[in-house]
Amino acid sequence: MRNLFLAILCVVLVSCSSETTPRNTGVFMLVDTSGTYTEELDKAEQIIRYTLSKLDATDTFAVARIDTGSFSEKDIVAKASFDDRPSAVNRQKRLFAQQVSDFVASADPSPYTDITGGLLQAVEFLNEKGTGNKTILIFSDLKEDLEDGYIRDIDVQLQGFEVIALNVTKLRSDNIDPREYLGRLEEWQGRVEKTGGEWRVINDLDGLEGLL
Amino acid sequence: MSFMLGITPWPVLSAILWIVLITAALYLIRGTAHKTIQAATGSLHRSFKIASKAVTRSEKNLAARNRDVLLAAGREAKERIIEREFDRINETVRKDLANYSALHRSLSESIGRIEKDHQEAVDVPPDPPGWVKAVEAVAEMDAKEGRAHIGSILSDIHKSLIKAHKEAMTAYHTASAKRHKLLRHMRPDWRQIQQTLAAVGKNVDSLLSRSVTIDRHMQEYEGIVHGQDRAISVLSSSSLVNFFVSAFVLCIAIGGATINFSLIARPMAEMVGGTSLIGNFRTADIAALVIILVEISMGLFLMESLRITRLFPVIGALPDKTRVRMIWITFSILFLLASVEAGLAYMREVLLHDELATSAILRGDIGATATGEYMWITTAAQMGMGFILPFALTFVAIPLETFVHSLRTVVGLVGLSFLRVLSLLLRLLGNVFLYLGVLLKQLYDIPLFVPLWLEERMARRAEGDALVGRVGQ
Repeated sequence: MRNLFLAILCVVLVSCSSETTPRNTGVFMLVDTSGTYTEELDKAEQIIRYTLSKLDATDTFAVARIDTGSFSEKDIVAKASFDDRPSAVNRQKRLFAQQVSDFVASADPSPYTDITGGLLQAVEFLNEKGTGNKTILIFSDLKEDLEDGYIRDIDVQLQGFEVIALNVTKLRSDNIDPREYLGRLEEWQGRVEKTGGEWRVINDLDGLEGLL
Repeated sequence: MSFMLGITPWPVLSAILWIVLITAALYLIRGTAHKTIQAATGSLHRSFKIASKAVTRSEKNLAARNRDVLLAAGREAKERIIEREFDRINETVRKDLANYSALHRSLSESIGRIEKDHQEAVDVPPDPPGWVKAVEAVAEMDAKEGRAHIGSILSDIHKSLIKAHKEAMTAYHTASAKRHKLLRHMRPDWRQIQQTLAAVGKNVDSLLSRSVTIDRHMQEYEGIVHGQDRAISVLSSSSLVNFFVSAFVLCIAIGGATINFSLIARPMAEMVGGTSLIGNFRTADIAALVIILVEISMGLFLMESLRITRLFPVIGALPDKTRVRMIWITFSILFLLASVEAGLAYMREVLLHDELATSAILRGDIGATATGEYMWITTAAQMGMGFILPFALTFVAIPLETFVHSLRTVVGLVGLSFLRVLSLLLRLLGNVFLYLGVLLKQLYDIPLFVPLWLEERMARRAEGDALVGRVGQ
């Protein structure tokens, strides 16, 4: 009996003391607000709500806009690190959804599209939060258009990140020459996978089950 | 192969040569080979036989131990039953026959009253004097003979006597009425005596029937003490029945505990956090489980303190005062835990609604957030379950005790069956190796049939020559 008690105690102590890797999820969503893409913001809101419903206690979620210079905290529309208690999580989710709704209702189109800056901001944010799983959602047509003077020719370290491009719409020029569209996708895939990240594209928003 | 067939230019000849050589070699080492086969299979046979005997011995030891356990358990159970029967008799005697003196006094008083009434009823008022008739005759005589003076005196006497007679008759009637009244008064006393005697008779009958039950239990107890086969057989089958019934009830209790767990696990996350882990398990789940286990433990202690179960002899042996204190303490803890569970069940419902409302908002279905009119029913039901289940789980102690006690016998029986089968298998294997030795020797001799046949022929010839030599001499 004494031995059994000691064995149980040892198991409990070992299990308590051993370092456990975090199992929570961190999601950073970049929403393109350039040009006519603001018309797609309703879809983005849908995805945000879906993502909120999938996230649980201690997970982290942030939504930021992609505009002329996206490498900035000011572009974060809403962020939340969910509490440990379920009731608090529900409150946070409702508040988050409200903030996103307000943003969608009042978003102005930006003249330029700085996706790389947004990506850098997402990586920085998620690394700081130290979540177990790190996912970056890019709701954009992936057409980067930088203002003069902005330097974005840098490799973003994406080791341990999953980058999912959502609703990559075809531009008018893509219809004329589809190689442009395919080239854009290939280019982004190359950039992500080059630094150790995983790349996925989801264009069918009715099939979001595998998103997270 | 080609090397073997190439020792002569003719492969057939080479093969024949090899066959002859091998046969010769096998024939030469035949005796040694037979001994080797015999030794190998014989030793295996003996080993298995020894192992089988050892297992049989263990089986017998286990059977004896099982028998002892069964008898001890049966003796203990029977002692408890007899003790309880004696307790009941004691209770009956204490409750019904302890006031026997009062009963006796009541009966005596009733009988005394009846006797007194009866005596009073027996007192008959005096009859009118018998000489009235004589006076009447004298009065008549006076009228005939014309003795006026005497006649008038006698007539007065006659009148007085008639008056006295009337008064006496009136007194007689009054006394009769009083007597009847007294007799009527006796009726309730008789009824009371009858009821008292009926109650006494009922108690005595109850005692008699209990004494018959005790006699039966005592006979069974004697059978157990003497280790009679019938008693063992009855105990064994009863133990198996107890095992299965208690296992069934325990399964139901586990179901109840699972429901209880699901009621409190979710709201527990509000208290200890929803994501913290101990090992691979959520802290909230472990906390909920611990609460349920503490409730079951408290239930066990309560049952022990009430002397319903006897899993912990220490508790049963406590002084009555301490035991009663323990009953109240365990009951209070159980009550508090049940209240906590009811609160958690309520919290669960609140959380569920909150979660549903959030999901509806996230889906954009605002209308679905409205709370149903009858939702209080499920809330009340959950709270009720949260409060009742801990008390219901208290009674797990009873099947648990039966299960633990019958488990010893059942494990013994299973072990016995296992050892019996193992012993049989070992004996079988031993015999298989014995006959395998014989078979191997026969198989070894098959390719040697030619030299063996020659050997037999030569042996016969040598035997014949020896016989001829003996006859010639």
